[in-house]
Amino acid sequence: MEKSIRVNVNGKTVEATVEPRLLLVHFLREVAALTGTHVGCETTVCGACTVLLEGRAVKSCTVLAVQADGRKVETIEGLAHNGALHPVQEAFWNEHGLQCGFCTPGMIMTSVQLLSDQPDPSREEIRHGIEGNLCRCTGYMHIVNAVRAAAKKMAARA
Amino acid sequence: MATTTPTKVEAYVGKRMRRQEDPRLITGAATYADDIKKPGMLYAMILRSPHGAARIRGLRTEAAAKAPGVYAVFTGADVAGVGPVPCAISLPGLRVPKHTILATNRVYYVGHAVAVVVATDRYKAADALELIEADYDPLPAVSDPEKALEKGAAAVHPEWPDNIAFTQHTEGGDLKKAFAEAGVIVKQRIVSQRLIPTAMETRGVVAEWSPGDKNLSIWSSTQIPHLMRTQVALMLGIPENHLRVVTPEVGGGFGSKVNVYAEEALMGFIAMKINKPVKWIESRRENFQATIHGRGHVDYAELSAAKDGTITGLKIKIIQDLGAYHQLLGPLMPVLSVLMMPGIYNFHNVEADIVGVFTNAVPTDAYRGAGRPEATHVIERMVDILAAELKMDPAEIRLKNFPSKDDFPFSTATGLVYDSGEYDKPLRRAMQILEYPKTRQAQADARKQGRHVGIGISTYGEICAFGPSPATPAGGWESATVRIEPTAKVTVMTGASPHGQGQETSFAQLAADAFGVTPDDITVLHGDTAVVQYGIGTFGSRATAVGGTAVYLALQDLQAKCRKFAAHMLGVAPDDVQAEGGVYSSARSSKTVTFGDVALEAHICRNLPPGLEPGLVATRFFEPSNFAFPFGAHIAHVEVDGETGEVKILRYIAVDDCGKVINPLLVDGQVHGGVAQGLGQALLEEAVYDEGGQLVTGELMTYAIPKAHHVPEIESERTETPSPVNPLGVKGVGEAGTIGCSPSLVNAVVDALAPLGVRHIDMPMTPQRVWRAISERSRA
Repeated sequence: MEKSIRVNVNGKTVEATVEPRLLLVHFLREVAALTGTHVGCETTVCGACTVLLEGRAVKSCTVLAVQADGRKVETIEGLAHNGALHPVQEAFWNEHGLQCGFCTPGMIMTSVQLLSDQPDPSREEIRHGIEGNLCRCTGYMHIVNAVRAAAKKMAARA
Repeated sequence: MATTTPTKVEAYVGKRMRRQEDPRLITGAATYADDIKKPGMLYAMILRSPHGAARIRGLRTEAAAKAPGVYAVFTGADVAGVGPVPCAISLPGLRVPKHTILATNRVYYVGHAVAVVVATDRYKAADALELIEADYDPLPAVSDPEKALEKGAAAVHPEWPDNIAFTQHTEGGDLKKAFAEAGVIVKQRIVSQRLIPTAMETRGVVAEWSPGDKNLSIWSSTQIPHLMRTQVALMLGIPENHLRVVTPEVGGGFGSKVNVYAEEALMGFIAMKINKPVKWIESRRENFQATIHGRGHVDYAELSAAKDGTITGLKIKIIQDLGAYHQLLGPLMPVLSVLMMPGIYNFHNVEADIVGVFTNAVPTDAYRGAGRPEATHVIERMVDILAAELKMDPAEIRLKNFPSKDDFPFSTATGLVYDSGEYDKPLRRAMQILEYPKTRQAQADARKQGRHVGIGISTYGEICAFGPSPATPAGGWESATVRIEPTAKVTVMTGASPHGQGQETSFAQLAADAFGVTPDDITVLHGDTAVVQYGIGTFGSRATAVGGTAVYLALQDLQAKCRKFAAHMLGVAPDDVQAEGGVYSSARSSKTVTFGDVALEAHICRNLPPGLEPGLVATRFFEPSNFAFPFGAHIAHVEVDGETGEVKILRYIAVDDCGKVINPLLVDGQVHGGVAQGLGQALLEEAVYDEGGQLVTGELMTYAIPKAHHVPEIESERTETPSPVNPLGVKGVGEAGTIGCSPSLVNAVVDALAPLGVRHIDMPMTPQRVWRAISERSRA
């Protein structure tokens, strides 16, 4: 029943033989040893497990590892390059867009995808764009500030 | 004796600084409980009761025990030697059911743990869990606290058929006289519904036994590592100094992790029993079923006043849904409510009765605000109901009843002494921001067009910075050790246990200013009982007011000692030394020495000053003389859709006074998050058990916590009234937003619908509930 898979995780190939039922989030956390992706609900509601699969934000608690076979996955650990934070990470830091930090990796990955679809979202659009990610600490306002700040910075760079 | 003349440059305290803790959190490098991996670690999963009440007829675990990868299965009989889950509250006549860590012959709520499977991984453990055959004889259950008090109700605990856990009567002043002389008395039944705290990280425990030295280590997602260590050592019967408790990164608590849970002792027991590291991570479903809930109040309130709106007395009966057991602090919640029931109004006649009720539900305990949101909700609703009755403006009636600035310290009818306050200031400022008269006029205009626009005011006061030890269940002090290393780096060890609040930053700000260094030179350690001196923990908006003060005192000790070293190095008397920006100088010497020179000299001691010990370490314990009492005014401006019952928040203004502020950015974050949780209670959230005790809102799909688009832009400002209770002048802000929020929203919605004759709506004000209130009134 077990199946060999090769998943490109943050630019590196991870090969493993896995049970078909293994969730992508458990593959990332336990096989690839990347624990930045969190499990908050197991029912696709909270978004703490959000990663990019072929560039699209998915909730990795409801994707099977075998579905990622031969595909590209980006996690929070892959965002910074050569020690330089991604503008979204930097903005979450500057704007106090996190408190306990548990939802943060998923929230950041969703924001990255949001900004790639909509480089200049309004506050309202951000609020709707991140509605699949729950945060219990911040009341979201500083997260919205962070996404706005990241959008500005990324526009200035482009 | 060194002079205490402040010579430091306040460079970082008060500054809007981004956090020291964030780099690990935004890169996925932080270590939460589920990220811990130990060699040979096993994985535990818990079988939980599907029934609200049932007799366990049989548990057959043989098949599970033989399943692939399974190491062991334990049931209640196996863990009978482990002590019960503790409750720290003692109240006269309190009935305390024995709360074993696994159920024995009966289950009392859905989610009650009955067995645990230990396997090589979580999938195999889940498979094996399904092989346990549990036979139950379901029994009648009762989950509504008022129904539990009715004659003939099912008995949660057969030995106490009235379902009453305790009652308490409190009196202050002369309520009978106040009521007899009152110009008006208004009455209302008000519900503060059961809520599920829903930290984004569920609970998680890892335990590891070291048989050689008989040391047990427990990593747990907790807010109280030291208290938990004491209690779990007692439960397991091991010496406390052979138990190390570590809180890894904690993904939110909101009170739900101010507890000692069965699973913490259970994992410790298993690790010792099978001599393997073991991990248990709570699923979200378990988190909803088995981690404490909050609120669960039904309040019957009567408020008396003179015809001119002068409030004279309050009578209150609280029916508190306690659930099936007491967790650590549960029965204290309604007691805290009673203390704060008078709110911030100048009246002194109170009578309060509490009936604590057992129900077939998970225990209620401290959830953000813990007793104070319930109290504030009641008094703030009652004041609005009174204003409506007297046709007074809700702002005017509040301003009329505040104690004045000169009345402080202000003694209340419930025996508290409010430390400091200027209660009208935040309200006047919030009204100014809203342009109150203009907005009232616009409301009148909107009403003429048939629109339902409302303005809701809440002026809250809260009790926090817990607190003087005699008034708290397990010590109200906090500890700090500050250590200056030979290289002039500073290590701060706090007994508080921050988990998102940001004290790694705010305490670094305090320490940086004390020695003229930068926050990057400071490391703040917490949450490891092998590293940090005994402490109490983070809850009740206490970490900065009490824990920060302990840090401040230790810093002062070290400033004085550094000054002595510097004086000796400069060849002058300590009183003649100036310290500024990390440089020590003296008018009596042409030399200067730096903080770095002092730190090194204190360790290498080339020329130790007579009478001075080497080293730069100070430990201080701060015992506050009183609680601190933050306050503020929140105003919600809303419009209700008459067709759908949907509440739209037009503006939300929060003017809070939490005393002195160390980092405004962090305070904003606390206010926003607090408001969002108050809004969740006001509009969205309710833990619902059905008549059989089934938890209907058992998942995030059915229990609605606020999403980004539910929460408005919060217009947050502050007034600053220092607390005299601690030298930092801080009060606390962790819970203020939650406490201030819910009454402002309910008052706003009721105000919007007042022309229809609506006088009160209970929470959560879902569209359905609001629509029903509208349609009932429209028909009437």
